[in-house]
Amino acid sequence: MENMAGTRARLVWVVNLSAVALVLLWIIPTIGLLVSSFRDRDQIASSGWWNALFPAEQSTFIRSALPETQIEEDGVFVISGNLFEGQESQGEFVAFGVNSRNPNAFEPGDEAPMSKGRTLTLLPNGDYRLTSPEPHVGSRGVRIFVTLIEPARFTLDNYKQVIFAEGIGQSFLNTFAVTIPATIIPILVAAFAAYALAWMQFPGRAILIAVVVGLLVVPLQLALIPLLRFHNNIGIGKEYIGIWMAHTGFGLPLAVYLLRNYIAGLPREIIESARVDGATDFEIFRRIVLPLSYPALASFAIFQFLWVWNDLLVATIFLGNNEQQLVMTGRLRELLGSRGGDWEILASSAFVSIIVPILVFFAMQKFLVRGLLAGSVKGG
Amino acid sequence: MEQVLFALVTIIVGVFGCVAYFYLSNLALDSIYPPRGPNAGRNILRSSAIRPWLFLGPSIILLSLYLVYPVFNSIWLSFHDASGDRFVGVDNFAWMVGDDKFAESMRNNILWLIVVPAVSTFIGLIAAAITDRISWGNFAKSMIFMPMAISFIGAAVIWKFIYDYRGEGTTEIGLLNSIAASFGMSPQAWLTLPIWNSLFLMTVLIWIQTGFAMVILSAALRGIPEETIEASVLDGASPLQIFFKIKVPQIWGTIAVVWTTITILVLKVFDIVLAMTNGQWGSQVLANLMFDWMFRANDYGRASTVALVIMVMVTPIMVWNIHNARKEMN
Repeated sequence: MENMAGTRARLVWVVNLSAVALVLLWIIPTIGLLVSSFRDRDQIASSGWWNALFPAEQSTFIRSALPETQIEEDGVFVISGNLFEGQESQGEFVAFGVNSRNPNAFEPGDEAPMSKGRTLTLLPNGDYRLTSPEPHVGSRGVRIFVTLIEPARFTLDNYKQVIFAEGIGQSFLNTFAVTIPATIIPILVAAFAAYALAWMQFPGRAILIAVVVGLLVVPLQLALIPLLRFHNNIGIGKEYIGIWMAHTGFGLPLAVYLLRNYIAGLPREIIESARVDGATDFEIFRRIVLPLSYPALASFAIFQFLWVWNDLLVATIFLGNNEQQLVMTGRLRELLGSRGGDWEILASSAFVSIIVPILVFFAMQKFLVRGLLAGSVKGG
Repeated sequence: MEQVLFALVTIIVGVFGCVAYFYLSNLALDSIYPPRGPNAGRNILRSSAIRPWLFLGPSIILLSLYLVYPVFNSIWLSFHDASGDRFVGVDNFAWMVGDDKFAESMRNNILWLIVVPAVSTFIGLIAAAITDRISWGNFAKSMIFMPMAISFIGAAVIWKFIYDYRGEGTTEIGLLNSIAASFGMSPQAWLTLPIWNSLFLMTVLIWIQTGFAMVILSAALRGIPEETIEASVLDGASPLQIFFKIKVPQIWGTIAVVWTTITILVLKVFDIVLAMTNGQWGSQVLANLMFDWMFRANDYGRASTVALVIMVMVTPIMVWNIHNARKEMN
């Protein structure tokens, strides 16, 4: 018995650890991009995002102030100041040098001898003092080689840039303009059809249901060319109305299927007793079926919202790629082409486009799961 | 702002239009065949023969136009030339059979069809089994499920960053290259390695779809009758035996549904390939090949032919689904 309890405890550990490993594996990709979206361009390029939280050691050179700023003190010519002046970075200096052959020769606080009797001292906070018996000459400052530990640095500048300068803000609005009608219209159209298929008697009902099930899997690719030609012929080739209709058409099979399954499962007594009381089908639908079907309507609404928001193919074909029509996925694809290596732009753009579906997902997860279960388990 | 207002107006017009259609058409039917007064019985019979078609009308029109018509139109187009005007017989099919890119796409699609549904379903099953046994299971499920909400193109950005390659002499900032470095390998431009790059693209889809498999399979696992499990515990079965020999066989039906659902998705995979390699370096797939011929080459005949191949590949699943749906209704 004791042995068995031991095995159980070990098993609990194994299960918990595997779960931790799995969850980490699943969220690390997203976290990598999220962290990067808050780092500045130079830091993204100089170290992996997994180092972002730790101070980074960086070796570089910084020029002293210009010789014209020198002052004479007791016959010695001095240039002094702080190396962080005019720099974006901050941190602590851990070593410095006066030539590129030996950039880490001195520790902060040391007095480093230079040519022509000059000396350089540097403190960890960046204060430096450059002295010379002769006046400093030249048009540029002296190169000071340094190694510094930079603290982690995060910024919102990337987001500001993509939203206002890279057109992501405009695309955000365009995406809403596509998504909201393309979510609401199919629900309305499908709800009536679903009720008819569930509770009305007419010839051909079984065939219609089979057709809907069949259409569930028709690949979108097949519909693109015929519909583009059709839309061009009736003059809505690159119009919002065209993409709303397209998304409505493509979303209908799932909508009708999900809603029919749900509505057909409503208690027969309620609907029959309403019929006996003389209610017409339209009244039954509006007063009884619609309110009771709220969970199924919500499930489909989330599906359709996520699908339309995340769609690239339909938007590429049925909308133009001008400023007023380019949706977020299209913009992201464009940025991948034109700003391929600029991860600060790509990361923050991606997150602006991801944030809405993620919020919807977490807020409505219950309905999403319910819809998935109704949509697939029943099919088997 | 303009198109937001435009959208708001259209939502209102569209929604009210729909409601008005259903309301007014029903009202009209009731006034033509009043359900009360003389002839009430005959009128009710007549109106209830017509009413279903009022309810179904918009759906039938939209479905026919947006899904049924395209199937036939595509077949027609596949026998015509690039602009869809001149009949060319089976030229497009002959071209397809001999085309290298098509052969490559078929090969890759088959690889995708084998790997992605299998791996997603398997990891999903393991994830379901694990997360059902821990106290923070719901949180873990949410995290694994979350990629479902992310667009394929967003996921492509996320993973392209992982596969990033910057070249000799620079700091590698891609996670995969940094892991490779810790094993002593030199950095690679992962997405340009044939065959391997397809596997890296598949990883993205697996990452997205595992959550779906997990959610469905977890519900199925919880639906297994307790008695079968208790009986096997009493017989001294180990947890692994219980899982693979008692639980999994009872949810084969659900596993098949998950498998076919992911299979259909795989056949249509497009955004990931477009965004990450655009079919270069031997990673082309059918859906992206079709998009290439449609959008870049403007050859509607060949594009339709490729699309038809995708359709033919989903047809067995379509037939199976219809068969199951009919069985369930009877």
